[in-house]
Amino acid sequence: MTKRQKRMVAVAALVAGLALAAVFGFTAFRKNMMYFYTPTDIVEHKVAEHARLRLGGLVTVGSLKRGEGLNVEFTLADCEKSLPVRYDGILPDLFREGQGIVATGQMKDGTFVADEVLAKHDENYMPPDLAKSLVTADGKHSCAPFKSVMRAAG
Amino acid sequence: MNWTWFHRLGSPPSFYRFAERLAPWLGVAALLLLAYAWYGGLVLAPADYQQKDAFRVIYVHVPAAAVSLSLYVLMAVAGAVALIWRMKLAECVMIASAPVGASFTALALLTGMLWGKPMWGAYWVWDARLTSELVLLFLYLGVIGLHAAFEDARAAARACALLAIVGLVNVPIVHFSVEWWNSLHQGSTILKFGKPAISADMARPLYAGLLGTYLLCAYAILRRTQNELLLRERGTRWVREQLAAAAGNRDGGAHVS
Repeated sequence: MTKRQKRMVAVAALVAGLALAAVFGFTAFRKNMMYFYTPTDIVEHKVAEHARLRLGGLVTVGSLKRGEGLNVEFTLADCEKSLPVRYDGILPDLFREGQGIVATGQMKDGTFVADEVLAKHDENYMPPDLAKSLVTADGKHSCAPFKSVMRAAG
Repeated sequence: MNWTWFHRLGSPPSFYRFAERLAPWLGVAALLLLAYAWYGGLVLAPADYQQKDAFRVIYVHVPAAAVSLSLYVLMAVAGAVALIWRMKLAECVMIASAPVGASFTALALLTGMLWGKPMWGAYWVWDARLTSELVLLFLYLGVIGLHAAFEDARAAARACALLAIVGLVNVPIVHFSVEWWNSLHQGSTILKFGKPAISADMARPLYAGLLGTYLLCAYAILRRTQNELLLRERGTRWVREQLAAAAGNRDGGAHVS
C-alpha cells in the first residue's frame, strides 16, 4: 500500500467509526433525545405526580373549553390516546382546535396541568383558499409527528 | 478517462484564472435569482392559511439552513481530499468555505428564532433540530479558530481537515433530527417524499432562493479561495504577475477616467 492509500483507509475508517459510534450512542439514548412525551406514554405508563415534563399532541376538535380569565381546558391526543389538559396563561397565536402543541407541566389527578404552551405547526404551506379545499388541512393535522417515547425506547 | 483537466484545475494559477472567469457570472446569476426570490416571496406569494405573513421567513431561513449543511459537507470533503492527496487547492477551498458556512448557519439560527417567537411562542427551545444546528455553528467556529491557531498553513489545514471530518457525523443528525425524534421543529417541507407540502406559487420563489443562495455561496467561496491562494503562494512568480497585471489594469482605468 502506498502512503496515499493508507491515508485514504485512515480517513474512511475515521468516518465509518464515528458513524457507528453515533448510531450506537443515539440508539441507546433515543428516549433522551425526544423533546416531549405523548398522551399514549402518560396513559400507558404511570408518571409520578409533580414530575415536570413536556407533553405533545393535537388539540382535539370540539374539546376546547374557555373558563374564567385566561383559563382553558382541552383534550390533547396523539394517534391513539388522549389526555385532559388545563392551562392558565397566554396561548400562542396558532393555538386552536386541531393544532399541534407542546405543553410543559405536571400530572395532577389524571389531568395535565400546564404552565407553558408552545405551538407545533406542521410543514405544509398553502394559501387559505387551497387549504379549504383540502381535507388534511382545515384544522385537521397529522398525528404522525407525535411519536411515543416509551415505544421508541424499545 | 482523461484526467488532465482535473490536474490542471488543481494547480493554483490555473484555478485562480478559472475562478476569475467564473465568479462574476455566478455573482450576477445569484443576484438576479435572489432578487426574484425575495420579491416573489415577500410580495407575490400568497399568505399562508395558518401562519399568515409570518411564514415568509421561510424564504431566508430554508436557503440559509440548506447551505449551512451543504457547505459543511463541502468543507469536510475538501478536508478529506487535502488529507489524502495533500492538495493545496483543497486546503484553500476547505478554509474558504468555513466562514461562509458559519455565516449562513448563524443566519439560519437567527431567522429561525425570529420565526419561532411569533409562531411557536418561544425564541429558543432545546429540541434536537435546534441543538444540532447550534452544534454545527460551533463546529464551523472551531475550524476557523483552529486554523487561526497555527503558524504553518499546511499543519493548520491538516488539523482543520480532521476536525471537519469528525464533525461530519453531525450533518445527518441535523437533517434527520425531526424524523428520528420528537421535536418542536416541524418536518422537512422540500425534501419530503410524496405530495409537495408547499403550494406551487409559494414554492417557486423558494426554489429560486435556494438556487440563488447556493450560487452566492459558490461565488463567495471562489473569491475566498482566490484570496487564500494569493496569500499562500505569495512570492511565487504567478502571483507577482497576477498582481502586476491587476495594478496595470487599475492604472489603465485611471488614465481613461
